[in-house]
Amino acid sequence: MTPRGPETAPGALPSVDILRMEGITKRFGPVLANDRVTLAVRRGTVHALLGENGAGKTTLMNILFGLHAPDEGRVLLRGRPVEIRSTREAIRRRIGMIHQQFTLVPPLTVAENIVLGLPPRRGVFLDLRRVEREIESLSRAYGLDVDPRLPVWALPVGMQQRVEILKALYRRADLLILDEPTSVLTPAESEALFAIIRRLVAEGHSVVFISHKLEEVMRISDTITVLRHGRVVDTVRTADTTPAELARMMVGRDVVLRLFKGPPRAGGPALEVDDLHAVGDRGLPALRGVTFTVARGEILGIAGVDGNGQAELAEVIAGLRRPTAGRIRIDGRDVATPAGRRAVADRLAYIPADRGRFGVILDFTIAENLALKAFHRPPFSRGPVLDRSRIIDHARALAERFDIRMNSVLQPVRQLSGGNQQKVVLAREMSGEPVLIVAVQPSRGLDVGASEYVLRTILEQRDRGAGVLYISMELDEVLGLSDRVAVLYGGEIMGIVRPGDARLEDISLMMAGSLRTAQTAAPAQ
Amino acid sequence: MNGRALAGRLLPVWAVLVALLLGMVPVGLAGVNPAAAYEEILRGALADVYGFATTLVKTTPLLFAGLGIAVALRAGLVNIGAEGQIYMGGLAAAVVGLSVHGLPSVVHVPLALLAAGAAGGVWALVPALLKVGRGVSEVITTLLMNYVAIYLVSFLAGGPLMEPGAPYPYSRPLDAAAQLPVIIPATDAHAGILLALALAGFLHLIFGYTAVGFRVRMAGANPAAAAYAGVRVHATLVAAMVASGALAGLGGASEVMGLKHRLFDAFSPGYGYDAIIVAFLGAGQPLAVVATAFFFGALRSGADTMQRSLGFPSRSSSRFRGSPCCSSPPAWPCRDGSSAGRGDGRRSPRRCRPPWPQG
Amino acid sequence: MRLSTPIALAAMGGVFSERSGVFNIGLEGMMLFGALAAVMGSHYLGGPWMGLLGAMLVGGAIGLLLAYVSVGLGANQIVSGVGINLLALGMTTFVARMVLRPAGVEQVPAFQIVAVPYLARVPLLGPVVFTQTPLVFITLLLAPALALFLFTTPWGLAVRATGELPRAADTAGIHVSLVRYFGVIASGVLAGMGGAFLSLGQLNLFSENMTAGRGFIALAAVIFGKWHPLGALGASFLFGAAEALQLFIQTYNLGIPYQLPTMLPYVLALVVLGGFVGRSVAPAAAGVHYGREDR
Repeated sequence: MTPRGPETAPGALPSVDILRMEGITKRFGPVLANDRVTLAVRRGTVHALLGENGAGKTTLMNILFGLHAPDEGRVLLRGRPVEIRSTREAIRRRIGMIHQQFTLVPPLTVAENIVLGLPPRRGVFLDLRRVEREIESLSRAYGLDVDPRLPVWALPVGMQQRVEILKALYRRADLLILDEPTSVLTPAESEALFAIIRRLVAEGHSVVFISHKLEEVMRISDTITVLRHGRVVDTVRTADTTPAELARMMVGRDVVLRLFKGPPRAGGPALEVDDLHAVGDRGLPALRGVTFTVARGEILGIAGVDGNGQAELAEVIAGLRRPTAGRIRIDGRDVATPAGRRAVADRLAYIPADRGRFGVILDFTIAENLALKAFHRPPFSRGPVLDRSRIIDHARALAERFDIRMNSVLQPVRQLSGGNQQKVVLAREMSGEPVLIVAVQPSRGLDVGASEYVLRTILEQRDRGAGVLYISMELDEVLGLSDRVAVLYGGEIMGIVRPGDARLEDISLMMAGSLRTAQTAAPAQ
Repeated sequence: MNGRALAGRLLPVWAVLVALLLGMVPVGLAGVNPAAAYEEILRGALADVYGFATTLVKTTPLLFAGLGIAVALRAGLVNIGAEGQIYMGGLAAAVVGLSVHGLPSVVHVPLALLAAGAAGGVWALVPALLKVGRGVSEVITTLLMNYVAIYLVSFLAGGPLMEPGAPYPYSRPLDAAAQLPVIIPATDAHAGILLALALAGFLHLIFGYTAVGFRVRMAGANPAAAAYAGVRVHATLVAAMVASGALAGLGGASEVMGLKHRLFDAFSPGYGYDAIIVAFLGAGQPLAVVATAFFFGALRSGADTMQRSLGFPSRSSSRFRGSPCCSSPPAWPCRDGSSAGRGDGRRSPRRCRPPWPQG
Repeated sequence: MRLSTPIALAAMGGVFSERSGVFNIGLEGMMLFGALAAVMGSHYLGGPWMGLLGAMLVGGAIGLLLAYVSVGLGANQIVSGVGINLLALGMTTFVARMVLRPAGVEQVPAFQIVAVPYLARVPLLGPVVFTQTPLVFITLLLAPALALFLFTTPWGLAVRATGELPRAADTAGIHVSLVRYFGVIASGVLAGMGGAFLSLGQLNLFSENMTAGRGFIALAAVIFGKWHPLGALGASFLFGAAEALQLFIQTYNLGIPYQLPTMLPYVLALVVLGGFVGRSVAPAAAGVHYGREDR
């Protein structure tokens, strides 16, 4: 395994490389996040950093950006060795990073966010007027189209990303790091982003593009470095490789790109949602008249760009948010009343997007988390008294069945890896043989093995006869797993289609809100 | 456990040690040998029966209030209002003790305690409702409620309930049947401590072994996950806060029924505030709170002895009432002898880290 | 106006601290320290201005202590604040009894009332608004100055960002801890000034626990003023007015026991918080410790 790609062959002038990272090693406790990673980025190119979740891409870039200190190795910027100890220094060295989680302060305006951390412009003052003018011209120059006076919270996600890019450009960054930039965008917005990236490169900027999506890496990059388990697998020219080869490098074996799944055997309705309305956290309407049905034994996928009502839909169905209008029936039972809700509680499984917030209580033990929904009933409680030994036995059995890797069921869940935390959620939610499963991005942040396990479990439950509502922002995942797909935009369903029948273009248009189809695919019988 | 986690666990110990060291500075400045001062504190607090009894007396309200704050803490709430709840509990106990006559002690005492718990609970209910209903931080509202309670007691003890002809604002003595028995003869140590200890044990069982405790801990640790698991989070939080206030109220009642036997103006010298530190140092664990409350009780009682034997200035005989703008009586006055040297840092909480992660 | 000033100063301090992400319940104690330091400074160093300086220094030092404990060591902010308050009550009482009383220090040189030329002669308003001690004018000027600082300078922007989303501030190259140290120390200086006004602007002496909860009223004013210096000033006027009203009731001895009107500012603060503020939007990260490695 050689970490050296063709462009670093002997004879190449070091000055051509805007960045070289050599032998970077970084440990987090026992975890080796980066193992002797070497990377060279040529000026004026798009260099993709490809790898599965947890392969060490983001860690590597955080080291470059001064957020982590490497344990070993050195960084050369524009041919000279540098030690970047803080973000401030990274910015001074004209590195800009657009994080996966944006680092914008919502109540502040675009302009305020952009000048955050910069010295005053006039005397001691920010002189926001001037800044706003400068941002406007910068924004025009790169085709970004951002209004600097708006508060950030009022902007859609795609716009916020552009603000991040502007922020880096305003600081005169010429090396831009984009961390999974398309994960929050519609296909159309991604196209626009690619156009922006091409323009940046044409102007002489260099871009590091972090991604785990093969196709987009193939489309946008000039060079690709593949990371796996913290190590560089190889660096190749994009023109010289194929998606299949990349996939093999990423995963270390030939990947089954399609999950094997049999045809659905849809039964009676598991979930009926009728003209559902709900408001979001800011008090604005988030769901506006959503109607659909999930049959037992089928997976209904919800596709859409993040922030179009997915979170609210899941929360309303899980009983965490009150609808403002409309009806929900789970397993034929209206859940509007607390009594109705209690009646179906055991037949509903909810796998939330944010495990740490909704799925588990991080400071509780594994055993306590596994008993979270039923602690107050036999067999876990006798009268008011908890039966700790039963709770522990139950936890041991589930931990074995769901292969939770741990030292003891009395460990706090916080100490587990993300994949094992998710297994705790799965074990608790699936063990009750649910009629309806609501899963929101259940494989997010997991490595390949763990996410395969999660998806396989969901498929098993479908084949057992559970109805599954599968919500994900990853279109590929939704299309691959679902029997039918509903596209959510602006709190409304733009259409329900069968993945095999619909054209990707149409789905993409629906996700952008510019196509609405009257057709509604019925569950397969 | 790695070094950092261990250091985190030991932090409270460090806090106490550092605070004790810091406490030497003003003592030394006052011309007294700090080592001698601490020796006196130790002797005063523990060496003889009288000192030990005084320690128990001081421990009692700290333990009640500390347990109360610990309950709120387990539900993720910060109850800074124990002081006011102590006052309201003391007031309610005094009213029952003063107005009801002819009951046997076995009825009268529980009745007075019940009233005290209810009064403390109500005093905590207001911030709890403001918290879940309007999103107002309970930290500020409980603080403000303290002042209302203190002035209310001051008004009643100096007005409608005041003993005619008394030199200071205090009430007539409580009906004998409403007084708590002394448990160590010839000292002030009263049965309040037994009740407090019993409650500590009870709470330990509740949090460790029952569904109710589990529910409260869930609501405190992760309200969203608790709500999904079927816990009515708002109701649980309100109930925990009310229980917290009721416990603090019992502390006030035990002070009035066990020690003072009358309702005094400003009868608590800031027990409710010390109890915050007691509860946090005890990491919200009822049995640990017993230990921390005892420690702080010993400090308080020892400090009294130290003052007497080392010739610190005794407490001021009269409280200052200045010109109009300060005409309010001191709010947490150093009234009962714990005055000088009181804030020398000994009970500063400064480094205690809560046992749960923040943020 | 006179009664509002100490609350306003402390409230502005609270605005700073909370905007930077530290919930400062120790305002009360900082005021108390300031009040004592002002009296001692005025007596021993010559004049009220030295007293004010002393109060600001001591307030700032206490702010540094609180910042070290809560930001540096990451201790719970509320417990740290309570500790500051207990420390303040004990220490000031102790020092007052050990130092001031034996030395026979009672009334000390205090601020004189100044009339602003011309403006003081404006009918009705003039004598009320423009005839005050210098500290009142300082406060009135300070509020817009602080607002300008917070909203038009890069450092103010850094403070606001740190209180909202420290991660964002961090990645923008801002030293989060440093900003919070600054916020807490600034709040200590301001609260110290508030204390100085209490002892030098009104009474010319120090009395035990003379702040009597004004620091907590200031916290309510911070919320009611929506974390804005001018808002805090306005809210402080409201609470100051309540205090004036209760004094009025006391002075004219309407037969009401003094304790009842004394409750007025506190009850008002509760009512205001519960009834009129509604769900207030605090700086998102206020009260939350920020550590880069623990995510």
